[in-house]
Amino acid sequence: MVRCFLIHTVCPVGAVAAGDSRVLYSRVFGPDEVMMSELSPEERRLLQKEKTAVVARHVRSAVSLFREASGQPLVEMVPGEEALALQEADSGVVRLRAGDPFSEEMSALWLGVQSLGFALVCEPHENLLLAEGTLRNLTRHCLDHLHMLGPGSEVLLRSNRIDALLSRLLPHGQLLFLNHRFAQSLEKEVAAYMAK
Amino acid sequence: MCTFQTDDSFTPSCLYSVQLSPESAFLSPLQPLFPCFSLTSHSLSVALSDGMLKHKELQLPIHQCHPSISVPNPFFTTPLPLSTVAIHFRLPPELQKRLVSLLSSPVEQLQVLSSAVLRETLPLSGQELNYNQENIGQLNSHAAALLLSQAGSRADLSSLCAQLLRSLESRQSEGPAHCLTHTLPILNTVLTHSPESLTEDHVTLLSKKLVDWLRYASITQGVGASSGGFFTGPRSRQPAPIAELDGTVSGDFFTVLCVGQGFTDDQWMNVYSFSMLRHWLLTYHSVSNGNTTADTANRLQLSLSLSHSHSFSYDDRSEVDGSVVSMVSATSSSSRLLPPKERLREKAFQYCQRLIEQSDRKAHKKTDTDLQKACLVEAVCILDCVCVEDTSLVFRTFPCIKGLFGRLSSDLSFARVLLPIAQFYLNHGEMAAVDCESVWNLVFGRFPAELFNDHFLAHELLRFLRLNLESLQLRVPQYTHSFPNLLKLLAWDSPALVDDFVDLLPSLVTTGTAVELLHTLLDLPCLSATLVLQLRSVCLPIADPGGRGLLSLDAFRNPSFRGLFLFLLRTEAGSGDTIDRLSTLHELLAEAADWPRVVQCAQTVPVLLHIFFNTVITVADEKLLAHLILVMLERSSLLLNIPKYCREIHRVFSCHLLRLCKLHPSLVVDQSHELLEFAGATANVYSKEEIYTHVVWVLGEYLSVSCDSRCSVSLITSCFEALEAVLFEITSSAPAPGAVCAAPRVITTLMSALAKLASRSHDLIPRVSLFLSKLRTVTRGGSVAWCSDEDDLVAIVTRGEELWSLLKAPGVAQSVLTPPPHVTTPQWHRDINVAMPLRLRALTNLTHSQ
Repeated sequence: MVRCFLIHTVCPVGAVAAGDSRVLYSRVFGPDEVMMSELSPEERRLLQKEKTAVVARHVRSAVSLFREASGQPLVEMVPGEEALALQEADSGVVRLRAGDPFSEEMSALWLGVQSLGFALVCEPHENLLLAEGTLRNLTRHCLDHLHMLGPGSEVLLRSNRIDALLSRLLPHGQLLFLNHRFAQSLEKEVAAYMAK
Repeated sequence: MCTFQTDDSFTPSCLYSVQLSPESAFLSPLQPLFPCFSLTSHSLSVALSDGMLKHKELQLPIHQCHPSISVPNPFFTTPLPLSTVAIHFRLPPELQKRLVSLLSSPVEQLQVLSSAVLRETLPLSGQELNYNQENIGQLNSHAAALLLSQAGSRADLSSLCAQLLRSLESRQSEGPAHCLTHTLPILNTVLTHSPESLTEDHVTLLSKKLVDWLRYASITQGVGASSGGFFTGPRSRQPAPIAELDGTVSGDFFTVLCVGQGFTDDQWMNVYSFSMLRHWLLTYHSVSNGNTTADTANRLQLSLSLSHSHSFSYDDRSEVDGSVVSMVSATSSSSRLLPPKERLREKAFQYCQRLIEQSDRKAHKKTDTDLQKACLVEAVCILDCVCVEDTSLVFRTFPCIKGLFGRLSSDLSFARVLLPIAQFYLNHGEMAAVDCESVWNLVFGRFPAELFNDHFLAHELLRFLRLNLESLQLRVPQYTHSFPNLLKLLAWDSPALVDDFVDLLPSLVTTGTAVELLHTLLDLPCLSATLVLQLRSVCLPIADPGGRGLLSLDAFRNPSFRGLFLFLLRTEAGSGDTIDRLSTLHELLAEAADWPRVVQCAQTVPVLLHIFFNTVITVADEKLLAHLILVMLERSSLLLNIPKYCREIHRVFSCHLLRLCKLHPSLVVDQSHELLEFAGATANVYSKEEIYTHVVWVLGEYLSVSCDSRCSVSLITSCFEALEAVLFEITSSAPAPGAVCAAPRVITTLMSALAKLASRSHDLIPRVSLFLSKLRTVTRGGSVAWCSDEDDLVAIVTRGEELWSLLKAPGVAQSVLTPPPHVTTPQWHRDINVAMPLRLRALTNLTHSQ
């Protein structure tokens, strides 16, 4: 199972402290981990948000360390070059120890596209090859449908598009073995949703 | 009071706007504000009027941006994320109700939006989202996601599961099935988060359904998904058979690697079933048998609520007979000779065998090639899983796994598939008496050596090692000797993998490997640089201008230095602890000192060294520890020249030198020759201040008969003379031009060490006293060349005076400076009979504050 999907910044942003990351979209799948605890709904909610923020910070530092080590300068991409940007994207995986922030160990797969980070938090026994493919696929759709390489705030204002995307390609956090035919048929549905 | 202006047309542009009166306003009473909500297709707007008819409008994107703002200012003019607001207020009940009703709207946008808004706001207290049980069949994916995310208790989940399973059962006869595809993911989610919510009956039922979908999905193509309704007469056209990925007609049952123009519902369910199969096989054991009473109650309640809408003969029967009936009850036409769980295992086995066979086909699309790899991983994991449960399957499975290994082992692009195969060999190889040598040669040999720059493989390989540590140590002797190779992974991607090595390192420390491991860890930055060079020398042709100017790259290609680099790149331990031309290697790699990858790697070494030393004291004998002390002294000047790295390493060495000597004081007498040699070299005062200070302290503290009876007067005298010479040298002349003065801490430590030694051999007391009195005379002038700071000088002189007065009474000096060991053991502090030593000890601490 995938525990959450995140889109966040991986480069310095004006209002955010250096080294921190701004979460642009987050979706936690399934019931809350702390469902059985004594926390009030407000506290549970806040805790969940903090958890996603922790993941974002981990990924942000992983991306910047990765880029620093590879020593390759980042080439600016413009709208229309989504496919190239995705091809050039950095990717990696971070081990999240138990308790930091989830109660069990997790693996956070990430994809760094320009100044954006896309992350999938998976259970560690999950099929990471499949998760990697799914993350790429999701990222491709997000870049295409939300015009994320250009200026604008569609990722904030049209987040329902990401919801619709996730409900098909990653229903309730379930990674799917989709061959290109199955994928095409789901993508047709997605395209129909986006067109409305 | 709330007043609603409802836009009945339900256009996505404006769904609702709500005007709240001050009583129900969510903000503090001091700020009489009148919020006004409006929900548009992509945001929730809240307009606030502050009583002076000044309107401020907030646009609230449905998703959060910044969860850390805790107190929202209602007069923010910038978009304020909904989440921050929702921490402080709930939606008005009426609005929430309307939103809930929108969940079942036929327009998907509205479902998505209302689900998102409700998910991001707080549920009403006591008024949980009560989904009507009768139309659970129509529960769309978005509403279900909301139900899951707001489930407040196990009971909620349990009843949701029961309803979903019921809807699965009734599926065949009614309704479009594709709205049920999300049922399996939901059940899988529940299984992940709270397996107790499922009962044994649920497991039986779902196992049976999974068998049907996995093994008996249609083998003809479905009609195109778009051509719905009118022209889809079921027998209007002969449906085409499904095809394999290479285009040939499929000759066996349907799997996720089959393609067609369109897919039938049960083919979709096949995909969903296989996607959750492994997790199901892994966790259905944790489903409790204990909560049958709660379950019965649940079912009773449900059957009451459902009795008027549907009749479920299956459940009615199981109500009476218990879970036995559910095994007998047949929903599929095939014969069932096995109980459901065994049957599922059998079918999973067949499915995986078929996937492995299908993965050999040449796919036309790259995405399908990737999918084949992912399917291989999944298939091998599932086979492993079923073999763990039912060992009789091991013998049936091994030929296939062996064949797969033979097919893939020469192609490293399949490395990530080979890892689950290695897991299979580890789990079952012994039982099947299979030779695993070639598997381990691959995993510990070629993988780290050739694929060290594959981040995902590194992550998975190290996880494999962590999970199987015990059996690896037991069954795979080459594991502990493969550390030079495994550390390549760390040297390449230190930040991401240091966590794994923190866990793994203790298992690599044995008496046989400790010394070589210590050297290897210290040279880790060199290894990192060498790996960079190795990749560059492959990527860049020799004549490439990009490679020019890199002296280290030339050195790497130079045959006369080949041996040095080959030693770093060795794949196995045991060819010698280190090499004698290490300083040459460090010079060759000097320019790598500021390469980011090398710097990152250097930062992880101190952490690992701490772990190394903490582990080694638990396994090593005194002889080995003595050897390690020598290595520390030697390597303190033989490190890749990264100033910060050297400082950190010296700090780690100092810390553990002290710990080792404290644990085994006789080590100091043992190694006195080397320690004295180190402490007698004045250059070390300046270049290795930290470690030098500690060596001097250790000599002063532990060179005593009470620690080791072999400690002779002549040994104490020679140590005294060596230290005295250094102290005299650094306090008599200015440092060489360009060098800094000796640290005051070194000087006071030397003075204390001399006083300690003198207190044990009273002949030496006049010599210390003479030095200390001279020191006072020299410094009376106010400034000296060897100490630039006045405060430091005062502190040094004060320490000198204290020691001098203490040494005037040799008996007291001895009991203060060399307290008998029993005084330092903590339990004496309660004994009033040893109050005197205690007081002396306190005095020691005061006069001798280090």
